Amino acid sequence: MKFIAAFLLLLSVAAPAFAVEPGERLADPALESRARTLSEQLRCLVCQNESIDESGAPLAHDLRVLLRERIAAGDSDAQAVKFLTDRYGNFLLLKPPVEPATYVLWFGPLGLLVVAAGGALIFLRRRQAMPDAPPLTASERTQLDRLMKEGEGR
Amino acid sequence: MRRLLYLLPIVLFAAVAGYFALALSSGRDPQTLPSAMIDKPAPEFALGGLDNGAGLQLDALKGQVVLVNFFASWCEPCRDEHAVLMRLAKDNNVALYGIAYKDKPADTTRFLKQLGDPYRAIGLDETGRTAIDFGVYGVPETYVIDKEGRIRLRHVGPLNQADVTRELLPLMAALAHS
Repeated sequence: MKFIAAFLLLLSVAAPAFAVEPGERLADPALESRARTLSEQLRCLVCQNESIDESGAPLAHDLRVLLRERIAAGDSDAQAVKFLTDRYGNFLLLKPPVEPATYVLWFGPLGLLVVAAGGALIFLRRRQAMPDAPPLTASERTQLDRLMKEGEGR
Repeated sequence: MRRLLYLLPIVLFAAVAGYFALALSSGRDPQTLPSAMIDKPAPEFALGGLDNGAGLQLDALKGQVVLVNFFASWCEPCRDEHAVLMRLAKDNNVALYGIAYKDKPADTTRFLKQLGDPYRAIGLDETGRTAIDFGVYGVPETYVIDKEGRIRLRHVGPLNQADVTRELLPLMAALAHS
């Protein structure tokens, strides 16, 4: 019990690990928080599934420093990001922009959903439109009654 | 008509599977990124050189089709491609220039003494800023720059002889005559 309590206490003080080193941070907290937000959205090109904010790669360090330089020099967020995408392309952006080359990516799933829903709708409509089965004839009804009785008797 | 509709899922599956098979068999490494700098002017740079060298400036390269190779003495694949670079410089007489990426000048000198120096000139990019301007994300990377100073090709990773004969030399020859 004590062990669990100690473990939970430990968990509560654990902060997520970031690769941003103290020396990289900007003195102005407002600028630093802008830089942080931006660097979380930029892909590290060396370890391609991490943002440059999380990555320990030297290139990620260089890009973090460069991003902070641009922001400290008065760049807007968009200008600072464009400075980097001009060099590395849109692959740098963890969230791809909506543009003709990415329409399939952004709207493909919606398109599939529309097509599938349309198909399902047509299928259901058709099924409803099928005529009811013709009513039972007299001999079929007596046969059914007999079968039902047999079942009850069991 | 109905029958054909039932075949649709199989046709769709075949199309998707065929697309994947094509992508897998092309041998292209999906981690190799396309360059954002293709057909754009090469970034300006003026780098210092090794003790006895003059360094490297973009302006000095203009007017000829050149190969710019980012390398480092600490980079293992750079050693692998070095023999190819030596052949390019010697046998093909290619205008090959080197940019040493985040390397200590003494280490670069030792590296070139060991393996030979294929470069017409070398620039030292100790901060790695010039590399970032080129969009380099790992050494070695090699760029073809045309007479007007535009980047025409980027090769990521070590060059091998097949890349050189199939891709690099034909492109450089075509650019030299245009």
